[in-house]
Amino acid sequence: MSAIEGVEVVDHGVLRFLTAGSVDDGKSTLIGRLLYDTKAILADQLAAIARTSLRRGQALDLSLLTDGLVAEREQGITIDVAYRYFATGLRKFIIADAPGHAQYTRNMVTAASTAHLAILLVDVRHGVVMQTRRHATLAHLLGIPHLVVAVNKMDLIGYSADAFAKIVDDFLGFAERSGIADVRFVPISALEGDMIVDRGDNLPWYEGPTLLQILETAEVANMLESAPFRFPVQYVARPKGARRRGYMGRVESGSVALGDVVTVLPRGLATRVTAIRTFEREQTSAALHSAVTLELEDEIDVSRGDMIVHRDQAPSPSRLLDASLCWLDETPLDPGRKYLLRHTTREVRARIDRIDHLWNVTTQQREPAPAALHMNDIGRVSITLAQPVFADRYVENNVTGSFIVIDEATNNTVAAGLMQ
Amino acid sequence: MTEALAASEETRGPERTLRARRAPDADHLGWLESEAIHILREVAGQCRNPALLFSGGKDSLVLLRLAEKAFRPSAFPFPLLHIDTGHNFPEVTDFRDRRAAELGERLIVRSVESSIAAGRVVLRDPAESRNRHQSVTLLDAIAEFGFDACIGGARRDEEKARAKERVFSFRDSFGQWDPKSQRPELWNLYNARVGPGEHVRVFPISNWTELDIWQYIARERLEVPSIYLAHLRPVVRRGTALVPVTELTQPRDGEHVEKLSVRFRTVGDITCTAPVASRATTIEAIIAETAAASITERGATRLDDQTAEAAMELRKKEGYF
Repeated sequence: MSAIEGVEVVDHGVLRFLTAGSVDDGKSTLIGRLLYDTKAILADQLAAIARTSLRRGQALDLSLLTDGLVAEREQGITIDVAYRYFATGLRKFIIADAPGHAQYTRNMVTAASTAHLAILLVDVRHGVVMQTRRHATLAHLLGIPHLVVAVNKMDLIGYSADAFAKIVDDFLGFAERSGIADVRFVPISALEGDMIVDRGDNLPWYEGPTLLQILETAEVANMLESAPFRFPVQYVARPKGARRRGYMGRVESGSVALGDVVTVLPRGLATRVTAIRTFEREQTSAALHSAVTLELEDEIDVSRGDMIVHRDQAPSPSRLLDASLCWLDETPLDPGRKYLLRHTTREVRARIDRIDHLWNVTTQQREPAPAALHMNDIGRVSITLAQPVFADRYVENNVTGSFIVIDEATNNTVAAGLMQ
Repeated sequence: MTEALAASEETRGPERTLRARRAPDADHLGWLESEAIHILREVAGQCRNPALLFSGGKDSLVLLRLAEKAFRPSAFPFPLLHIDTGHNFPEVTDFRDRRAAELGERLIVRSVESSIAAGRVVLRDPAESRNRHQSVTLLDAIAEFGFDACIGGARRDEEKARAKERVFSFRDSFGQWDPKSQRPELWNLYNARVGPGEHVRVFPISNWTELDIWQYIARERLEVPSIYLAHLRPVVRRGTALVPVTELTQPRDGEHVEKLSVRFRTVGDITCTAPVASRATTIEAIIAETAAASITERGATRLDDQTAEAAMELRKKEGYF
């Protein structure tokens, strides 16, 4: 909380959300509208887009605010996830703007991996289309807790309540079949600014919250708070003159308190937490996401890649993984090769033994396993590891349930994995 | 804000438990700080020979505080590196030296001046901005010390070319950034692996905005170089910018020198950094002005970004920060 110049500001932390949809759905205009109406756009940016709009003979085009790199402007495409920022009196917001068409899986999965909420944009004239279902499916796969369907371009159909209701019905039918639980709907006009930050006068029949109100009030209470304690060791140091080594890391789930009985994986030795340090102070406990240094009662050999957990809630080590793998690289998966798998701070050699089936994001159906996974493919795979990792299922813990695959020949990150 | 926090920090006893249980996610600065410390520790854990770019500017002094939070009471697992254009404000370089000494950390300074003397940088005009030329000196320093990671204070909200950049951003052996083939970056799993001659740039405060920086400086009570606070300075009006009158930046014919109360929002090369009119003499007053600002940080103060719509993108491809 802060009191600047007498204005009380209540700080509810950060909400990360992604926006999915194509340029045609008015996604850039929506983001421009959010930034513009929350005063995140400043005069020089506005002047620049006003000049460009004028040159093109258009009215002020808010979509130009999210205009990206030279290569994109030349080719008229967006190639990557862009991050944008705004804040209201209640929250700081981080938008991951995922391009709709090209490489939508790769971009959606990247944006979704850190999002608390997804806004799916639907053009009211076209209704729920294949792309909407794909995006919703990926958001659901990545475990985003909240889904908001923003039905855009209401101005083009005379703000018809019936058209909105039809899309709500359509989507709810799909959501039910797909197991998607938390969905909210809001009719908007990004162009006119209706029901985004301001309610406007054109949608009197809609009594729900504006899009911004949804963003400001969405619950981010993290399932990780109540999950078992997981502390991947990032770095080990023994300060000059100190008696004990300190294990630096971040509480990635649950919490830890002084005196807790813990186990250090992979060796499985039990000991007690004797100190929880930060730069400022020694603490009696550390909550979710606290970046702390732990000290342990017994001088045991602990290094980066180890994980400190509560003894009675330890994950079992596994060398065989059953995972959903999203292939991200232009070079397809080669089942004959060995890859590096990074799970939390731990890196191990991995072999993808078998592709069990391919998952078609468009039809939400399983398909027979192909010989290899290509870029944007999602497959269910069986992986053998050279050393064990200490994994949880992704649906229970998206930190200890996720991993990336690195190609040692190029050092590229080639795939993202979710433990099943 | 700062008073309330400082009071509870000094309290012992029951208050201590209360503070200890406060979750980082409870406010946005706590969230950002936790993310940044995690990133810095990943650099320490993954990289063989990293360096932290420290100029004395506000973003890099926030980085230093975050490094203290990540590694104290141990020494930093990296030296500090500054690329001195030779056109820096003396208040900032003095601050840089003093801060490094206070922290007891090693500071490496490499200068564009030496790159010019060695013929590595060729100026078309002796008075031109050396901002762009820093890239050569930086890449030479990276090669000289064999750094495999450079931690920098760039933020994604600064400029649109930065909006798509990764937290761990790969540079090839020419130091180039290729926006079209960046490594995917998911969850908080960062990939710092590089081959010989390659390196990564790491941006722990990618997700911070200018306002977040000032709020954090206030919360942490960080000292900043004096030129960030309002002071009287001779300037000329050039276009929409105020240009400071210095040895390097002389008034042009017909320009009228005025003494105005100004402050700098960014501090870079003297020849391309302009102050804004301001009466903010405290951090709290800067926060109030920033919250109400109507011009972006770089729009108001960086003459080098106004030369072309894609100026930053072009510089970055050449190895710029």
